[in-house]
Amino acid sequence: MGSLVKGEALVAHDGFSARYDLDRIKGVFSRPAHKLAGQSYVGKVLVLHTAKGGVATAWMLHDMASRGIVPLALVLNSVNPILVQGAAFGNVTLLVGFDGDITAQVPHAATVEIDPAKRTLRVL
Amino acid sequence: MKLNDLEKKMLGGELGAAIKAAIEHQVKVGEFFGAEDFVPVTQAHIMADTESLGEAGVAWLESMARSKGQVRVPTITDPRGTDFTKVGVLKHPAWIVELERRAIEAFKKLGVLMTDTCINYQTIQAPARGESVAFGDTGVVIYANAVCGARSNYEGGPSAVAAGLTGRTPRYGFHLDGFRRATLRVRVGFQPRTLNEWGALGGLIGRLAGNYWAVPYIEGLSAAPGSDALKHFGAAMASFGSIALFHLEDITPEAAESGGSELKISHQVNEADVEALQSAYAVEEEIDVVVFSAPQLSLYELRELAALCDGRRFTKPLLAVTSPQVKPDADRFGLTKIIEEAGGHVLSGMCFYQSYAREIAEANGWKRLATNSVKLVNILGGYGYVPLLATMERCVEAAEKGRLPK
Repeated sequence: MGSLVKGEALVAHDGFSARYDLDRIKGVFSRPAHKLAGQSYVGKVLVLHTAKGGVATAWMLHDMASRGIVPLALVLNSVNPILVQGAAFGNVTLLVGFDGDITAQVPHAATVEIDPAKRTLRVL
Repeated sequence: MKLNDLEKKMLGGELGAAIKAAIEHQVKVGEFFGAEDFVPVTQAHIMADTESLGEAGVAWLESMARSKGQVRVPTITDPRGTDFTKVGVLKHPAWIVELERRAIEAFKKLGVLMTDTCINYQTIQAPARGESVAFGDTGVVIYANAVCGARSNYEGGPSAVAAGLTGRTPRYGFHLDGFRRATLRVRVGFQPRTLNEWGALGGLIGRLAGNYWAVPYIEGLSAAPGSDALKHFGAAMASFGSIALFHLEDITPEAAESGGSELKISHQVNEADVEALQSAYAVEEEIDVVVFSAPQLSLYELRELAALCDGRRFTKPLLAVTSPQVKPDADRFGLTKIIEEAGGHVLSGMCFYQSYAREIAEANGWKRLATNSVKLVNILGGYGYVPLLATMERCVEAAEKGRLPK
């Protein structure tokens, strides 16, 4: 879902919820227990395990996009409907479902290209 | 997706720009999940606190209202971002109050009923078995699916608004029989006694199950829990694992046909596991504030809380959050008076974590927050709090003495 993007990957075998995990004012992961705690997510390709938590992400991606503090793309092994609804509403690129664990296949901080139309992720 | 004539008219814009935008969004989501068609829904429930919406979300709602959109099925709301009668207690600044007013005005123009509750299955109308709905709060969805046997996916705010406007939702996930079958079997070795223990058990099972598409089949409970216990159990499971459906052996309506008893037991959860989860949220004794919320309190929870508050004098703030449907009864029965005479506050129509929890913390100097809600402790870490989990009784004592009793 969404458009082709290229950017730096932030990789962790951890979940994702905009409400639970992010400080959406500062643009950083704020949940102390999150493996990306303290890191900026703005403009990054988030490569994570699965969606977690509640429904707020469906609104929050849209709001973050309007303020320019949104991830460039979300790449996950699996999602719940909320991330899909949020990506659709906020026009955030989303790629889901891989042959293996995508968080083990993409090096942290690598530059990647996401092409939702071809359903591909390339490490550049 | 296969569309009928009405849906084609919606998509073609014949029923207005708001309906067109709504169904375009739904088709996008439906096609992602491979939905073959739409399923009509009898009601929609929208999570739309303005902390989540932001200025952009409120502006979108206003644009939908200007387009003369009108909901086609009863459509209600989850908690708001403030209680307008308690703005001074929460220290919400004027911009939050104004954003809330704008959102409410837009919702009213769309024909949405401002119920402002996350316990609509206890207070408005519980869906019946097999009823397809579009619910937008994880605790509401899991209760509707598991306890009522109704059918809903998690419908985030924009999707729930869309479902209200079109009267339908894409047929995927938990609207389909195949997705409602158990995927893991969990054996429980004890019977929880308190709401926080029910929440902790739910949280543990949610963490074990791990993702939205997992459906736990749970056996070993020796007695059927009540509605409030299942409320905390489900809300915590949904919070920790993004789970939308569970089956309780001999208790919930679809358990027998879920296939869960035919699975191998993959997990055993005992009292020690629940104690370990609770211990992880017992890192301090001093507290700044006590909060009962997430989900909103039922009349029976408020009754229990009032009995514990009776005759006490609090030294720390105590907030008890309920729905606008329960609050008048709590007032009539004198429960509000007892809690507030002890120094507490009974708030309604909001939920603590949906009400700008970060801003509340900064304005009031609150960091160490005691609660009996496992859902709340799971959420608030990301908002900068040190969340502390305890029984309702210990939390009330902490509000009086300033520290959690041992």
